[in-house]
Amino acid sequence: MNFDDTPQEAAFRAEARAWIAANAPKQYEDELRASSLGRTALKNANILEVAKAWQKKKADAGWACLHWPKEYGGRGASPIERVIWQQEEGPFGKLSAMFIIGHGMCGPTVMAYASEEHKRQYLPPLASGEKVWCQLFSEPAGGSDVAGLRTRAEKRGDAWVINGQKIWTSGAHYSDYGILLTRTDPTVPKHKGLTMFFLDMKSPGVEVRPIKQASGHSDFNEVYFTDVVIPDSQRLGAVNDGWNVALTTLMNERMSIGAGVATGFPELFDFCSNIMLDDRPAIEDRNVRSKLANWAVKASGLKYTSMRAISALSKGERPGPENSIGKLVAGSMVQDVASYALDLQGAAGVLSGPEAEFAGRFQAMLLRAPGTRVEGGTDEIMRNIIAERVLGLPGDIRVDKDLPFNQVPTKGRA
Amino acid sequence: MNFDFSDDQKQLRDQARKFLAEKCPPKAVRVVLDGKEPYDRALWKGFAEMGFLGVAIPEEYGGAGAGHLELCVIAEEVGRALAPVPFSSTVYLAAEALMLAGSDAQKQAWLPKIASGEAIGTLALFEGTGNPSPKAIKLEATNGVLNGTKKPVADGAIADLIIVAARTASTGRDSDISLFLVDAKSGGVEAKALTNLDPTRGQAELTFANCKAEPLGAPGEGWSIITQVLDRAAVLTAFEQVGGSDRALEMGRDYALDRIAFGRPIGSFQAVKHMLADMYVSATLARSNAYYGAWALSTNAPELPEAAASARISATQAFQHCGKNNIQVHGGMGFTWEFDCHMYYRRANALALGLGSLSYWEDQLIDRMRKRNAA
Repeated sequence: MNFDDTPQEAAFRAEARAWIAANAPKQYEDELRASSLGRTALKNANILEVAKAWQKKKADAGWACLHWPKEYGGRGASPIERVIWQQEEGPFGKLSAMFIIGHGMCGPTVMAYASEEHKRQYLPPLASGEKVWCQLFSEPAGGSDVAGLRTRAEKRGDAWVINGQKIWTSGAHYSDYGILLTRTDPTVPKHKGLTMFFLDMKSPGVEVRPIKQASGHSDFNEVYFTDVVIPDSQRLGAVNDGWNVALTTLMNERMSIGAGVATGFPELFDFCSNIMLDDRPAIEDRNVRSKLANWAVKASGLKYTSMRAISALSKGERPGPENSIGKLVAGSMVQDVASYALDLQGAAGVLSGPEAEFAGRFQAMLLRAPGTRVEGGTDEIMRNIIAERVLGLPGDIRVDKDLPFNQVPTKGRA
Repeated sequence: MNFDFSDDQKQLRDQARKFLAEKCPPKAVRVVLDGKEPYDRALWKGFAEMGFLGVAIPEEYGGAGAGHLELCVIAEEVGRALAPVPFSSTVYLAAEALMLAGSDAQKQAWLPKIASGEAIGTLALFEGTGNPSPKAIKLEATNGVLNGTKKPVADGAIADLIIVAARTASTGRDSDISLFLVDAKSGGVEAKALTNLDPTRGQAELTFANCKAEPLGAPGEGWSIITQVLDRAAVLTAFEQVGGSDRALEMGRDYALDRIAFGRPIGSFQAVKHMLADMYVSATLARSNAYYGAWALSTNAPELPEAAASARISATQAFQHCGKNNIQVHGGMGFTWEFDCHMYYRRANALALGLGSLSYWEDQLIDRMRKRNAA
């Protein structure tokens, strides 16, 4: 048992470290390091521009999308090399946030289902960050129940005409392309009538409206489609086989390992070491210590769980199911941590601006946290996944499974 | 990076699991639970024959000289099977204390006997209510003669070798405490078995009356040695707790698959599924923390004190969580003596206290984290 690199891993790490040291945008390092959930922004620069510049620089030197094949803009690196890169990239990795969906979900789907010509055309600019992609799956009628979506695609000649509405689309407002899941046959059960496409987000009839979130920020959007035309050549997978294509996308979403989920613990430990409570540092208070210790072992448990997954990658094995707990644990933990940090501030905890304690960091965290427990699979869906795929418990009874989609009820209380 | 056990260590774990499945089924645990025997003597002999007792003891002292990672995988299986033998008191406490602080003669005298199963050992630390603290130690040692009472002492009524924490000064400092080694057969110590939460592991009160003892380690070093022994035992116990958590989770999962109510397996209801998923989360966090503890223990890393406290807290929480919710999944049947659920519940709660309770280890963890951050 050890934490040492193999000689090849050490050589790769040294190369990555040297390149990052010579090329990373150092002027933003402290700000990025200090940013936590709900507060990733730069004071004197547009973070999107900084992120795009960093991504392009990486791509030009062969450090973008490391695990992708070289001909599509990647490096053909092994999974463990990708993890080592993430460790070395450190705070600069936070600049990749706007590319996560494109690189982690859209790219792999295009790679699996698009024509060779399209792959060579679209993937390299996606890898280099010159083009940003979004994922258009969720709808007002289908969040956790994605297959319940209602956006229609109708064939007209060599093209498809799209009408409907998507929601919770991260980054649609700055995206160039999107992958789009639609309903092509409402007369068959819901999973069997879906088809996947990709499209230019500047196509006529696409309208992006930012959603003002509970936190006051706007990271997500509603996207409306009115008679949008997509050529049949931009279909991904067979007609009515979109559910299987979507599963490829979603599986990739859960494969990202080692990026390190935010728990809020380092910030809270720091805070409790500095704030005074009854004339002494809060961390000397019995109750504070108990709370801190309980969160400390969750944070370290997550850290060493991901080390176990990385070890599996290092040996060329597939990581076990234990990695599925990360988002579930960190999501509610960051919310609880933020809430407790405010509790320690007393009445002043209600203040949330830059003059608030710790520059309002925990207030921002508190307001952003509910979203983390919902996006990318709610806590409840994550528990279902663990129960069914890890523990082997039965799936839920699905009353609409065999019903033609156009006969599935759409209203609760009439 | 290889943050995992080696293939040989995993093979040893499989071997231990197979051995325990055969020699230590729940009905064997129940013989001790029902008070018919103080511990499972045949199983203890088997442990010696399999080399489990001396796995981390150097060859020159009659052990296998393998190491602590090997001991960790065995501990996991001991916990999974609820083995009713004085394994933790003998191997994690007495043998570790001897290896840390014993003279060559003391190691020669006792470690081979521990490895061969001839000697059961324990650490007599606590004196009634409260967590480990030098202030709580009243038992006095004067010129190598002990007077006072210890309780609870794990496996105290069956121990041959007792390591005793005694007061040798009263300055209010940690150096007031020294360790002594007592041969239970030499007289001067009386044992009384005590009723406890988990009858599959005995607890006793030991009364020392003009009991002759030999020093273990340098005078005044007692508290420092105890702290190190408790850290090492915390990691090893965490593996027992991880093994127990996994088994309790499996029992709950299996029952949820087999039991039908309202026309469906109860494991198809989300309320039950989510409870089991949460048990899996706790058990996984505990396992990962325990692995870090194992790494620190096996390499004697400076991170050991912090890693041990994390492993201890996480594993204690996991086993308590899995132990209680296993009963909940079983419903009324889980609350009967006939079902095995309560044996895991009992063990989980007993292990949660034996080396000091959660509140003690929470305090320790934060102290140790602060020390590291300050450094």
